[in-house]
Amino acid sequence: MATEVLTNGDAQAADWPDRYYHVDQILDRPGPRTDPSFMAGDGVKDFLRSQCKILVIGAGGLGCEILANLALSGFKDIHVIDMDTIDISNLNRQFLFRPKDVGKPKAIVAAEFIMNRVPGVKVTPYYGKIQDKDDDYYMQFNLVICGLDSVEARRWINATLVNLVDPENPESLKPLIDGGTEGFKGQARVILPTITSCYECSLDMLNKPTAFPICTIANTPRLPEHCIEWASVLEWPRVFQDKKLDTDDPEHIGWLYKTALARAKEFKIEGVTWSLTQGVVKNIIPAIASTNAIIAASCCNEAFKIATSSAAYLNNYFMLIGTDGVYSYTFEHEKREDCPVCGGEALDISISRDWTVDRLIEMLIEKQDIQIKKPSLSTATKQIYFQAPPQLEELTRPNLEKKVSELVEDGDHITVTASSLPFNLTLRVKYV
Amino acid sequence: MIKIWSMKKNEDAAAKRKPKTSAAQIRVQKDLTELELSSTMKTHFSDPADLLNFTLTITPDEGMYKGGAFVFSVNINTNYPHEPPKVKCTQTGRQIYHPNVDLEGNVCLNILREDWKPVLNLNSVLVGLQYLFLEPNADDPLNKEAAEELRKNREQFLHNVKLSMRGGSIRGVQYDRLLVQ
Repeated sequence: MATEVLTNGDAQAADWPDRYYHVDQILDRPGPRTDPSFMAGDGVKDFLRSQCKILVIGAGGLGCEILANLALSGFKDIHVIDMDTIDISNLNRQFLFRPKDVGKPKAIVAAEFIMNRVPGVKVTPYYGKIQDKDDDYYMQFNLVICGLDSVEARRWINATLVNLVDPENPESLKPLIDGGTEGFKGQARVILPTITSCYECSLDMLNKPTAFPICTIANTPRLPEHCIEWASVLEWPRVFQDKKLDTDDPEHIGWLYKTALARAKEFKIEGVTWSLTQGVVKNIIPAIASTNAIIAASCCNEAFKIATSSAAYLNNYFMLIGTDGVYSYTFEHEKREDCPVCGGEALDISISRDWTVDRLIEMLIEKQDIQIKKPSLSTATKQIYFQAPPQLEELTRPNLEKKVSELVEDGDHITVTASSLPFNLTLRVKYV
Repeated sequence: MIKIWSMKKNEDAAAKRKPKTSAAQIRVQKDLTELELSSTMKTHFSDPADLLNFTLTITPDEGMYKGGAFVFSVNINTNYPHEPPKVKCTQTGRQIYHPNVDLEGNVCLNILREDWKPVLNLNSVLVGLQYLFLEPNADDPLNKEAAEELRKNREQFLHNVKLSMRGGSIRGVQYDRLLVQ
């Protein structure tokens, strides 16, 4: 659609001689370490420049860098999702945005900027949440790169891509490249859903958000942060009862700031400011433009290598620590067998339509190869039988007499948990 | 595009799994169905289809709070177990005389905030709460006056606990009657 209009107006300009001179040094000939499937020359260039479709999630600090890097290395069909609008505080590092763009959706402004600046590149923005899109949407991409700032969004896209993998369709396996930064630290990783460790596998490596003991906040504040936490954790619910704190609402932040400042004065603590208040309640870690640039470059380098097979890709976790000098470390993060997303076992079971839930449970207990005691069963939408707590056990007990086929449709999944299982077991039910 | 598919181990068709159940949901199911509730703890789900929100009633059978019944709300969000469950004491009127619970129902228990780890589970939280009633901790006070009393004059503190649970008033604060029949 508007692509042509936006590509500097001159369609001829899209591919001038030697446009990709430097990138072609890598693509025109194989090297000692290139993958055997590498098709030097037109084959790989054609894939990269006219077939490969890549999704960028997040158009913020990392996203802006990623979009620019991809466009300049020859990716031409780029999609970008972001649910945020541009804030004035973004402008120091999110270089695709200008003061006039404040308040506009990041995805849309970033897409327009790239298309204006890099001829022939099509960037399709979506202003909204990743959760708005379904499996069919994610299925259309060859690769996904994430530049996100939230654990929750990462967990969601990771689980979605792992569940997308269909053993009968090679196209369903979408490499996920995840970048992340926190101040001077950052990480880039390559996740091959169901093959390598996934995001959920490494959840216990995350730094936990700073939290202060509630009694310190209540009685012996020593830091400006204690005063701000006092305002948000204790005073807000006391004064406003059930009204939810909206950390994006300047009026709410203003109230917290005022309240925290008064508290700080009482205890002779200095340093409570508006921006610190916002930082503490939104858990903001100052973003550093150069860290973003390094991590985004690493992510795009991986995307390029995976898309072209021109070199070995990252296996699978790169971390950067820039707090004291520049230190980086690369290692293979291992898959966790008890990972709730990519681990756990799955079983196909064929049972008769007359089988009761009780009989199914008996079968699970007797099955030698799984060895479970006291299994609890549920589907995505309802509980079938819970061993505990007593209220739920009583409530689900009548189901024991019911037929499985009344509760679960053919081909549906049952999630089984039991203390003897590392995490869970998924049963796919077929009726015979 | 790199040939990733060849790296995929030959798994049988059973490997097909597309549960629409989120990781948090499965984890909550696992935690709940493996709860070891003693006779002094009882869970209540006002909407049994919603596993993420329930109340817990603790009725200590020993210690200073023996004979009382204490109700807590437990709210789990979709980022569990990365984030801890939110626990509040929700007595009607919310008044409970305890050094680690303030008059608003906030609870000071380290594993609910600064010491939470994803390896902990709902059972650890429930056991932790129960422990608060066996061993009130005067060193991390939320109700400063109660903590002060516990430190200085255990007898008086014990008296206050009994008085509060009968619905009496201590230093101008009217407490809720929490004794079970």
